[in-house]
Amino acid sequence: MGLPNASEDLSSEMEVDAFRRLFPLRYFERHLAESIRPDARSLSRARNTTISMGAVASADGSALAKIGSTTMLAAIKMEVMTPSLESPDEGCVSIDFHMPPICSPLVRPGRPAEAAPVVAKQLSDTISSSGMINLKELSLVGGKAAWMVYLDIYCLDADGALFDAALLSAVAAFSNLQIPTVSLDDGKIVMLPEEQKEENSEKEPVNKEKRKLTLGGIPFSLTCILHKNYILADPTSEEESIMETLVTVVLDSSNQLVSLYKPGGAVLAYTSAVQDCIALTRQRVKELHQILEEAISGMEID
Amino acid sequence: MEVDRADGRNPNQLRPLACSCSILHRAHGSASWSQGDTKVLAAVYGPKAGTKKNENPEKASIEVIWKPRTGQIGKPEKEYEIILKRTLQSICILTINPNTTTSVIIQVVHDDGALLPCAINAACAALVDAGIPMKHLAVAICCCSAESGYCILDPTKLEEQKMKGFAYLVFPNSILSVLPEGSSLVQGEPMEHGIITSVTHGAMSGNLSTLRVSVSHL
Repeated sequence: MGLPNASEDLSSEMEVDAFRRLFPLRYFERHLAESIRPDARSLSRARNTTISMGAVASADGSALAKIGSTTMLAAIKMEVMTPSLESPDEGCVSIDFHMPPICSPLVRPGRPAEAAPVVAKQLSDTISSSGMINLKELSLVGGKAAWMVYLDIYCLDADGALFDAALLSAVAAFSNLQIPTVSLDDGKIVMLPEEQKEENSEKEPVNKEKRKLTLGGIPFSLTCILHKNYILADPTSEEESIMETLVTVVLDSSNQLVSLYKPGGAVLAYTSAVQDCIALTRQRVKELHQILEEAISGMEID
Repeated sequence: MEVDRADGRNPNQLRPLACSCSILHRAHGSASWSQGDTKVLAAVYGPKAGTKKNENPEKASIEVIWKPRTGQIGKPEKEYEIILKRTLQSICILTINPNTTTSVIIQVVHDDGALLPCAINAACAALVDAGIPMKHLAVAICCCSAESGYCILDPTKLEEQKMKGFAYLVFPNSILSVLPEGSSLVQGEPMEHGIITSVTHGAMSGNLSTLRVSVSHL
């Protein structure tokens, strides 16, 4: 075949950027042979991660999470609703993931991105199966009133590992959540604004003590790419588009496997590859846990 | 460990499987696959000329349309479409017919647990019926794990809802070759142990042991 020879001849004369565009797989494989990636990371290192809490002042809980350039903004609004008949003392969590056209040149206005409903469903599955939120805590008056939690996550910059960043921002937003005070007013639940707390004695807040959710096992995730014998942790969107086999492992803080998600892909995952991915995720969980703790304590000092 | 299943099966016993091909006369390939009461119909049209805008024209592309039994198409259907598309892309040889689109339409006839594995198996059978070139077949299975750590295969819908966690796993089928070098060992394991696709739901502890159990029972 003429093509491999062509790239060998041209590579000495071509500029690096042109080679990167024309022969992306060969460009990456040259780097992988030296155990490094084009952005100078090692194969198992994730990008710089930051969390900033309380990014949206009007929301009851919010967080902005950045993994490298991938940016996710999560915001939580709470509303009172009547619980369903099958679970009268449980609240409800509704998760929506949006990819507006700002996030990537591949997303066109008016046409929803392909990845959006998949990530949304993955997120709601992961959050419900990790047991992070105890729905019984969201109940106000058994059988009559319960909280409906609307979690909206907006992708502001899509540069690979969307699910990881979205999960991190959701977890951070739940850690930041302050449940608004409500009181019972003639049998109806009424939201109390912050300043009115001491004045009206008839309007005793129903949930004065419990303003924060107790979070169960907090899930953290890591997406890896499998390519031949290499495992690359935390891919960028360029790496994801060239090497298509992705594996996402979600572990909770007690290292229990919450989810192993591998949607097809040319490379098959053997036991050793799965074990390596889980080991990488375990390390990443420790890092993320620490970053989350620092962000929470940073908020509390204020 | 003795487990009582509602229909009296062993933990590792699958429901009766039934598959028929070429049931739709207008489609290029079709198959119906049922596992117990879960039944899925798959139809394949293609290859047709041309690819969609975002697809790579140097390769054949696969388009999946998932039709639920009732209701409108929502997020779960879109997710199934994407998982099925990526699984089928990894088993079909995409370089043989470049710049073509093969459509796979999945119609759910009845859902009684293990719906996605049933659909993957039906889609594979329909692709074979249509004559689309593939590297190997994909075999899909659902396995659940309960709190006490035991694992059961091919759950019904009631069992799925009661269990702590379940996983849909897709493996390539074994290559039985007349040549002695045919079945290769990759990294010390036979090729059929590699996972093509895995979707899990719910927390599962003792993770790899359950995967190994399901592999040995395929």
